[in-house]
Amino acid sequence: MRNALFSILLIGVAPSWAATPAELLADYTAQAGQPADAQRGQQFFQNQHGKSWSCATCHGQTPVTPGRHANTQKTIEPLAPAAHPRRFTQASKVEKWFRRNCNDVLDRACTPAEKADVLAWLITLR
Amino acid sequence: MLSLWLGHSALAWADSYRGPKPLPLYTEECGSCHLAYPAQLLPKASWHRLLMGLDHHFGSNASLDPKTRQAIDTWLQAYGGEGKRARNVPPDDRITRASWFERKHRRVAKATWARPSIQSPANCAACHPDAAAGDFEDDDVSIPQ
Repeated sequence: MRNALFSILLIGVAPSWAATPAELLADYTAQAGQPADAQRGQQFFQNQHGKSWSCATCHGQTPVTPGRHANTQKTIEPLAPAAHPRRFTQASKVEKWFRRNCNDVLDRACTPAEKADVLAWLITLR
Repeated sequence: MLSLWLGHSALAWADSYRGPKPLPLYTEECGSCHLAYPAQLLPKASWHRLLMGLDHHFGSNASLDPKTRQAIDTWLQAYGGEGKRARNVPPDDRITRASWFERKHRRVAKATWARPSIQSPANCAACHPDAAAGDFEDDDVSIPQ
C-alpha cells in the first residue's frame, strides 16, 4: 500500500523535476514518433495559424532578445535556451505555456510533433 | 498640529494600495503577462468570476491547473476588494472600467493612452513606477512621452 502511495507521489512530483531542453525535446520527439525538424519549427513559430497572433507576435521573430506581450506590453524574457538559462527546464511550466499559447495562436493544443519542432529550432538559436 | 499630521497621513494613504504581501503564486501566475494587480482593486465577486473564466481571459487563454487556481481563488477571496470602492462591480470585471478608475484618470486624454510607451490603461507601470508594490501615489506619477 505504501509502495503504491509512493509511486503515486512520484507521478505527481515527476513532471516538475528539473530537466534540460534536450531532455524535453527527447520526450516530445518520442511522443511524436518522428524526428524533430528545426526548420519546420521555425516556420511554425513565425507563421500565423488562422488567427491574428503567431508565436513570434509576442516572443519576437528570433527570440534571443526579449519579446513583448501584444496586449499588455509586458516584457517577455527571451525564449531561446541560449539566451535565458531557465527556459525549458521545467516540464510542468513548459506544458502550461504550450497549453495557453497554442490555444491563443491555433485555437487548439499543439501536437507533440509541433512542440518538438519548435523546441528543436529554439535550441539552435544563438 | 496633531490633526494636521493626521490629515496629511490620511491623504498620503489615499493612493497607496499596499495591502498584504501578495501570495507568491498570485504574483507568479497573474503577473506573468501583466502587472499582478493589487487584490484590493477588484471586488471579490469579480475576482472569482475571472478565475472561473481564465480560458477566455480578456481575449487570451490564461488557464491554470485546478489546484493552483483554487489556491489563488482562496487568497483573492480573503484579500479582494470590499467596502466602498468594491460596491460597484466594474463592467466586464475590468479594473480600468471601474467608476473609481475612470474618475481618477479623467484628465488623461485618449491620445495619451495611445502612446506607444503606454498603449493601454491596463499598463499601470507605464506611468506608476511603483505599481507592482501597490503604490499609485500622485506625486510619483510620470507620464512618458
